[in-house]
Amino acid sequence: MIAIAIAFITLGVMVLAVAALGSIRLPDFYTRSHALGVMDTLGSLFVLSGLCVYHGLSFISAKLLFILLFIYVANPTVTHILVRAGLRCGLKPWRKGGSKR
Amino acid sequence: MRIFFLITLAWLCALIPFYLYRAVKGPTVFDRLIGLNGIATKAILVLVFIGAVSGALEMLVDIELGYGLLNLVGAVAIGKYLEQRGMKP
Repeated sequence: MIAIAIAFITLGVMVLAVAALGSIRLPDFYTRSHALGVMDTLGSLFVLSGLCVYHGLSFISAKLLFILLFIYVANPTVTHILVRAGLRCGLKPWRKGGSKR
Repeated sequence: MRIFFLITLAWLCALIPFYLYRAVKGPTVFDRLIGLNGIATKAILVLVFIGAVSGALEMLVDIELGYGLLNLVGAVAIGKYLEQRGMKP
């Protein structure tokens, strides 16, 4: 059980590192929101499910599962609302040849 | 296992300055908001691991739920406000 928990937490932390790297390397708001919204949710899910496996079948595990479901619903919702607001405010997507950053 | 939790906690704390860079230096308002959202998610995870290290996870789990709800409500409110205002980025 502990080995499964360590594997899950390590995988989630690596995904979170990729998300943090994408937040400083990608060129545009839309691509950055893709990195932060999707990869952040995936990493949080892996880390929280690893802790949930480590704690076994108990009340803490149920509450951690509840936090996991909440992040799974709330984080893409926030990203979607911010991206839609940016699109309606007239933010242009990044193109390869364009000089505007 | 406690050592592993401490290493994970340090790694998560070391990830926060990347998001802080995006929140400070972002060219538009939405970049800053996305960076703040990432910092809030990292704060939830850091609180989970602080609870797992110190053994007070039963108490901190409820605080994390409240923190997540505050993050959701705040981000939705600011996003809707910026969308209806129609500002130039």
